[in-house]
Amino acid sequence: MKLLSPIKDHHSERLLFIGRAIIASVVSVMLLGLVVARLVQLQVFNHELFAEKSQGNRVRIEPVPPIRGLVFDRKGRVIAENLPAYQLELIPEQVDDIDDTLNRLAAINLIEPDDIPRFKELSRSGPQFKPITLKFRLTDEEIANFAIQRPRFPGIDFRPRLVRHYPNGELFAHAVGYVGALSAGDLRRLDSARYAGTSHTGKTGVESSFENDLHGYAGFRHLITNARGRQIPADSRELLDSLPIDQTPRPGSNIYLSLDLDLQQVAYDALAGRRGAVVALDPTNGEILALVSTPSFDPNLFAVGMSTAQYGELQNNLDRPLFNRAIRGSYPPGSTIKPMLSLAALETGATNLTRKTVCIGYFQLEGNEHRYRDWKPEGHGPVDLHDAIEQSCDVYFYQLGVNLGIDNMHDYLTRFGLGSATGVDVLGEGPGLVPSREWKRNNFSDRDNQRWYHGETVIAAIGQGFMLTTPLQLASAVGTLAMRGDRYRPHLVAAVEDPVSRERELVEPELIGNVAIGNTFYWDSVLAAMHDVMQGPRGTARAVGTGAPYEMAGKSGTAQLVSIAQDEEYDKEEIAERLRDHALFISFAPFDDPRIAVAVIVENGSSGSGVAAPIAKAIMDQYLGYGDDAIQ
Amino acid sequence: MQFSESHYLLSSKPAPLANFSGLLRRLNVDVPLLGGLLLICTFGLFVLYSATGESSRLLINQAVRLGIALVAMLIVAQLPPDFLRRWTPWGYLAGLLLLVLVLTKGDVGQGARRWLDFGIRFQPSEAMKLAVPMMMAWYLHDRQIPPRIGHLAVIAGFIAIPTYMIAQQPDLGTALLIAISGVIVIILAGMSFRLMLGLGVLAVPGALVLWNFMEDYQKQRVFTLFNPDSDPLGAGYNIIQSKIAIGSGGLFGKGWTNGSQAHLEFLPERHTDFIFAVLGEEFGLLGVLSLLALYLFVIARGLYIAVQAPDTYSRLLAGSISLTFLVYVFVNTAMVTGMVPVVGIPLPLVSFGGTSMVTLMAGFGILMSIHSHRKLLPH
Repeated sequence: MKLLSPIKDHHSERLLFIGRAIIASVVSVMLLGLVVARLVQLQVFNHELFAEKSQGNRVRIEPVPPIRGLVFDRKGRVIAENLPAYQLELIPEQVDDIDDTLNRLAAINLIEPDDIPRFKELSRSGPQFKPITLKFRLTDEEIANFAIQRPRFPGIDFRPRLVRHYPNGELFAHAVGYVGALSAGDLRRLDSARYAGTSHTGKTGVESSFENDLHGYAGFRHLITNARGRQIPADSRELLDSLPIDQTPRPGSNIYLSLDLDLQQVAYDALAGRRGAVVALDPTNGEILALVSTPSFDPNLFAVGMSTAQYGELQNNLDRPLFNRAIRGSYPPGSTIKPMLSLAALETGATNLTRKTVCIGYFQLEGNEHRYRDWKPEGHGPVDLHDAIEQSCDVYFYQLGVNLGIDNMHDYLTRFGLGSATGVDVLGEGPGLVPSREWKRNNFSDRDNQRWYHGETVIAAIGQGFMLTTPLQLASAVGTLAMRGDRYRPHLVAAVEDPVSRERELVEPELIGNVAIGNTFYWDSVLAAMHDVMQGPRGTARAVGTGAPYEMAGKSGTAQLVSIAQDEEYDKEEIAERLRDHALFISFAPFDDPRIAVAVIVENGSSGSGVAAPIAKAIMDQYLGYGDDAIQ
Repeated sequence: MQFSESHYLLSSKPAPLANFSGLLRRLNVDVPLLGGLLLICTFGLFVLYSATGESSRLLINQAVRLGIALVAMLIVAQLPPDFLRRWTPWGYLAGLLLLVLVLTKGDVGQGARRWLDFGIRFQPSEAMKLAVPMMMAWYLHDRQIPPRIGHLAVIAGFIAIPTYMIAQQPDLGTALLIAISGVIVIILAGMSFRLMLGLGVLAVPGALVLWNFMEDYQKQRVFTLFNPDSDPLGAGYNIIQSKIAIGSGGLFGKGWTNGSQAHLEFLPERHTDFIFAVLGEEFGLLGVLSLLALYLFVIARGLYIAVQAPDTYSRLLAGSISLTFLVYVFVNTAMVTGMVPVVGIPLPLVSFGGTSMVTLMAGFGILMSIHSHRKLLPH
């Protein structure tokens, strides 16, 4: 056998091979069986799981933002609407050279060169097929201009979109506010499901405070997408057998303001060219009829988006157009608080209707040489309360203030709503300040300043010193005077309308306080004096009130910004315009049946009766039907 | 040749079909094998059309390659096994030379150096898929079966040299397949199971050494297999998506060209390595079982040819070609169903791609040659 071994034994070799081939066949079948078992596991036992996963894979939920609610004035005229506008978009994946494209767009003035780095950053982050907005609203001219050059800009296109539009421009900028692009902070704060797909949110005014009503609820639709999230064109939708049901968005509620467009226009025109604010309200229910702060700005700039330079200009403007003076501006009320202090003094017995003070042009505290000057250097002579209000005698009120005391002053002025937020239905209201002993104790650190000084009581009596009020507070306070003590919460929104059912939910007037002075005789007397301010023979504002077709009541005020040295003559020509006194005026009309209460402040306007009162009169004329258009 | 011709002459009814069948026989074509292959290819073209997003350009491209591969098969089928055997060592040496050329002068594509460009680009490693088992069969042809230890060492060298060179390109998938085709030859040659067991034990430390030499991306593929969800958007993505595709196909599939996984581009490599998932998604379990049955038929026919083969060279070569084909099918389907790590092995005759198809068909040409040139031994 050993000799034979090198010689091949064909038969045994063949048998050996057949054996091995059989083993190999068995192993082959086993291996393929393994695969089949796996396939059965995947396709039969786990089929539903994978079917679901594959469905989830191809269906993407895309949010559909709701249409923002409209804003109307009290007569149903549109104040804020949504208009289709063409926006300029860049689709990163379709642009070969982003830098070059952006530079060329800047060269034809479609975008600002300053914004290029921001757009570059945006085009790098995010999916490459998702358009980024370069400009929110193109003018007709820009569209025409770009349309010609379009072939030069692959990947750049314009697309229609709804943009918030404020047809009255600057007129309602501070009352209604504006919407702006969602910021990172907004995104953290807001419900992401509700805001899915939303680009803008209310930033100030009614737009911000009623965001919850105006915004509505996002809907969603299902899209078939590929692995990169790109939507597949509709013709391959047939791939889907069971698309989940889409949900249409629920539009935002419409808002009816208590503001009156005409009144707002009159107030705005009357304030034109000045820094100041007007608040007019209906004293019987707190509805704000006009709310203007000037200078103003175009809220459309925020809705559409503006360049960094434009924003910087608004932000750094010395006249602070973005500042809402009407609800945030804090001004010394000056003599406008005299009627309220009179009521307090009558109620507490600090004065009576017959007591006279002889005004010699200045007032001195006992044992102190300091002279507290009257606005009228030669003095008013002997004046009672009526005269003091009518002629705005400061000396009378210095004495009244000393008799009344700062804490009583604080108590009663607070009842009129001064020195604390009125609770108006828009955010950002300033609190103002009515000082008291307690306030001074709590708000100053060193001992000397924590003490309350008599001299501080004296100047508080004519609304100077620490005291600060907002135009809105003054309007509310004069409304409270008109209503003989009843104070209603001021509000801008009169009704909220369901966008679908068109049902309106009216905002009910809310009585939030009463001055609690029961003696109608006191009211009659003080209000009569206010009447004579306008229409009395010696009223400070008789130039405005005399000859009006209706009777009104008012009180002027002048808030000193610069303290005048003793014995120095006040010469307004010499004082730089921005250091001049603020002019204030509060009033209501008609006298017997008050329907409108107005507070006006004109910064550096010098004279309450001369500058602020005519503005108030113009507004009341308009509201009561004696406006320019009525005469025509 | 004479034998088959006489068969034809003896048949009573020379019908046109029989005529055609006779022509095929005269061309040394094995009709059952060809039938199986053509069925697989046809099925494959349908799946490919869908997997390429209904691209007729790629479909025609693949059909042309298929035609070239069939021509290659026909040519190889005309070469008698004795002729092949005589030229085997030269072919093997030429293959090694080309591999050296690839490593020194080859074209780089996708981070690997696999291609040679002599007017037409091709991968010499593909040729080695056939050259390695041929060389081993050549060596064992004149030697005693089962082989002795010394002979085993020599043929192990025949495997190791090209495998190492191809792994250097790096092309781990092909290297692995060549090694496996060589091992199949050794097993078919009757190496004792005791020895295999011993080598198997030795393979464990070997695997550990190999692990140390593996590139990071290769290691990652192994990790990913065991836990694809750990990296769903990276390395695990392919496996997750292909399992979703296959699983969502269910019993009967979503229908031809209706596979959302493939058509919405969730499934990567859908017309190449992962085409089996497209098949599973669109034709369901029924479709994949049909294809696997066709594969099994082809493999069975190949083994039958091997068993019928007259000499050691033919037997070992035919057996190795058939079983390597099985390994292809198994590794690809197991990979796509998430049972083995992702290695770049296409689904034979179905995945889009040229060189591997020519190699495969040339292999089947060898099978046909062996079958039609066999001489009946007297029993």
